[in-house]
Amino acid sequence: MKIKTIAALAVTTALCAPSAFAGEMANKITAVSWGGAYQKSQIRAYAEPYMKMHPEVEIVWDESSNEAVAKLRAMAEANNITWDIVDVVAADAIRLCDEGLAMEIDPDKDLAPAPDGTPASEDFGDLLVSDCFIPQIVYSTTFGYRTDMVGDTPPTSVCDVFDLEKYPGKRSLEKRPINNMEWALYCDGVAKEDIYDVLATPEGQDRALKKLDTIKDSVIWWSAGADTPQLLADGEVVMGSTYNGRLFSLIEEQKQPVAMLWDMQVFDLDGWIIPAGLPEDRLARVKDFVRFATDTQRLADQAKYISYGPARKSSAPLVGKHADLGIDMAPHMPTDPENAKNTLLYNYEFWADYRDDIDAKFQAWLAQ
Amino acid sequence: MSDLKSTGPQTADAPTPEDAFHEVAALEAKDAQEDIHDERVKGPVLAADGTPLKRSLNRALRMQKMRAMMLIAPLLIFVLITFIFPILQMLWRSVENEIVSQTLPNTVIALEQWDEKSGELPPEDVYAAFVKDMKVAVANKTHTKLGTRLNYEQTGLSSLFRKSGRKIKKWDPETGGPFKEKLIKVNKGWGDVTTWQTIKLHSSPITAGYFLNAVDMRLTPDGVAMQPENKQILLKLFGRTFVMSLVITFACIALGYPVAWLLANLPARSANMLMILVLLPFWTSLLVRTSAWKVMLQQQGVINDTLVWLGLVDDANRLVMINNQFGTIVAMTHILLPFMILPMYSVMQTIPPSYLRAAKSLGATNWTAFWRVYFPQTVPGIGAGSILVFILAIGYYITPEIVGGTKGVFISNRIAYHISSSLNWGLAAALGTILLAVVLILYWAYDKIVGIDNVKLG
Repeated sequence: MKIKTIAALAVTTALCAPSAFAGEMANKITAVSWGGAYQKSQIRAYAEPYMKMHPEVEIVWDESSNEAVAKLRAMAEANNITWDIVDVVAADAIRLCDEGLAMEIDPDKDLAPAPDGTPASEDFGDLLVSDCFIPQIVYSTTFGYRTDMVGDTPPTSVCDVFDLEKYPGKRSLEKRPINNMEWALYCDGVAKEDIYDVLATPEGQDRALKKLDTIKDSVIWWSAGADTPQLLADGEVVMGSTYNGRLFSLIEEQKQPVAMLWDMQVFDLDGWIIPAGLPEDRLARVKDFVRFATDTQRLADQAKYISYGPARKSSAPLVGKHADLGIDMAPHMPTDPENAKNTLLYNYEFWADYRDDIDAKFQAWLAQ
Repeated sequence: MSDLKSTGPQTADAPTPEDAFHEVAALEAKDAQEDIHDERVKGPVLAADGTPLKRSLNRALRMQKMRAMMLIAPLLIFVLITFIFPILQMLWRSVENEIVSQTLPNTVIALEQWDEKSGELPPEDVYAAFVKDMKVAVANKTHTKLGTRLNYEQTGLSSLFRKSGRKIKKWDPETGGPFKEKLIKVNKGWGDVTTWQTIKLHSSPITAGYFLNAVDMRLTPDGVAMQPENKQILLKLFGRTFVMSLVITFACIALGYPVAWLLANLPARSANMLMILVLLPFWTSLLVRTSAWKVMLQQQGVINDTLVWLGLVDDANRLVMINNQFGTIVAMTHILLPFMILPMYSVMQTIPPSYLRAAKSLGATNWTAFWRVYFPQTVPGIGAGSILVFILAIGYYITPEIVGGTKGVFISNRIAYHISSSLNWGLAAALGTILLAVVLILYWAYDKIVGIDNVKLG
């Protein structure tokens, strides 16, 4: 009896579904991402399969994640939100949530459980760093070096970046304090677990800048993720920091004489947020999309196209080979045990507070 | 007499309805005067249809003005909506500070009684008012926004508001008190006098705080003070922006003058060829040209490679020409050069070559002929080009960002940072306002010294 009812219900739902939902869900999604190889991986892993399931849906991409926070704020002030789903780093998601520009989500209700039934909140675990944030990938900021410019003893520690005698030549670092200050303190002898306590004090900040002073004249400061790969390819720098996915394509796809230095890589997260204040029909569609796009299989699929680790625990065993190159992707993941021997996790709370203060000091130091 | 004067200047030109209007007005004024003299009654001048000529002319004029207005209305509305209005709105942000008094209305009133210089914590009623305000703010999710705002003034307040918001959500402001101990227990930030000083100092709906920050100063309980030395950067950047823009302007004059002269004096066919060479880079994307300079100037770049190959530079000591001020000046001079050449060219073209020949035939040397006769006539072109190049240069953003490294960046890069990264739009607006004011002052000074009438754009 009961089974019959359920079956009947299922059938009616299935039959009614197209007509019932057609009026409630918008057929267009404006998704915002970073462009380049990363956006391509999202299109291939989530957007194309979704559009195959729902041929009536059109997904439009906007490459504005770089300025997403500022643009969303401007849209909210103009009361005209044109984006449906936005890919941002976790720190930006926290700020958007703080400003009330992103919608809060309930992971267990809005996101799909793992195939074995584990609720999403457990599957994502600690990576749900904000109430509005739906994590997709774990990436890291780490170093790459020219194998032909370091002699017979390739660097093994992040502190080799600060060693001008052993590795002369230029290095590229990001033109902002985040990550650089942590590496400087670590190489100045601060224990890993004390880094943020030290960095919270003015003395600690001065100490980090003093350490950076030792290599300041040999640093090229980058502001776009593509800068370091280009500088490495041109032989302008011996080593440089950037996102691990960029280095992967430089090494494996463009076959440049560059190798990874995984030591003290800084883990960070990237994921979706849904802007606050979307109309009902668009919200329904985007919720449907995001539930699909962040399920276990889709996150694992993304790793076929780019070397970023899936944010779900249940996706890790499903990571396979690169779709075009045919190489095993697991050893290229920042989360691979071999690569993750010594890592640092981006401290969101700390940088939300200290970002402006330390940035002013850092920029003043740079201008000296 | 005076009536004649008013029509005087127009009589030189072709007559217009306005002339007629002036004349009629003058006549009528004269009539009125005569009326007073001899009581003769005289009707007004009439138009063909019997209405007074003055009125019918007035109407014709109004129609004409309306038609002219309608023609420029699309442009006017466009400029108003897309340019003037956003600028005014942005300028307003540099002083607007309603968020504190709107989010914490009761606290701000309660804090008025508290002496921030006493060094003591505010009394219990401030804490009670604060919890009441926060309860509402947390429900509306505005407390985190306020935390972000106050974090610009005091590091750490962002997380203080976020963390405390979660706790206060569960309290009852009516019966839950006393709150002083309770709040300090939640976070010792609430037991810090400076936290309350910051809230009180920045509670007024209009603030000068952003402008002070924009010139490396800040508000303290004891009045206005300089920022700590290791945070002073903006004044330095303003100074650098002006000095480098001046250098770029002079470089453009020095490089552009001979080219403009050639353009104006070569035979038409070669001048056209040269003109294309000037305009081609002008039409090329800014980003492409900037990136091309990167390829040229970097240490493994074209120029260094050539110098090493020629043996002029040692391979180990390649020249550093990019990611510094030199790189910015070179790239920006190249990009802005057409803005200097074109106005100079259009002025030089109008100078008859016979003037120079006349000077020489009267015994001037080449140099005297150039310096005393030719050059003074080109000054309007130099002036126009310099204004264009200088004003464009001080607002430049993308080229310094790409080739400027750390010592070649401008104030606009900082504005961009505060708009898109730190989201401190108030400070960005204050910096932008200062930049705008400086441009207007320079424009005014230029008008006083050289005279804006002497500027020819073409």
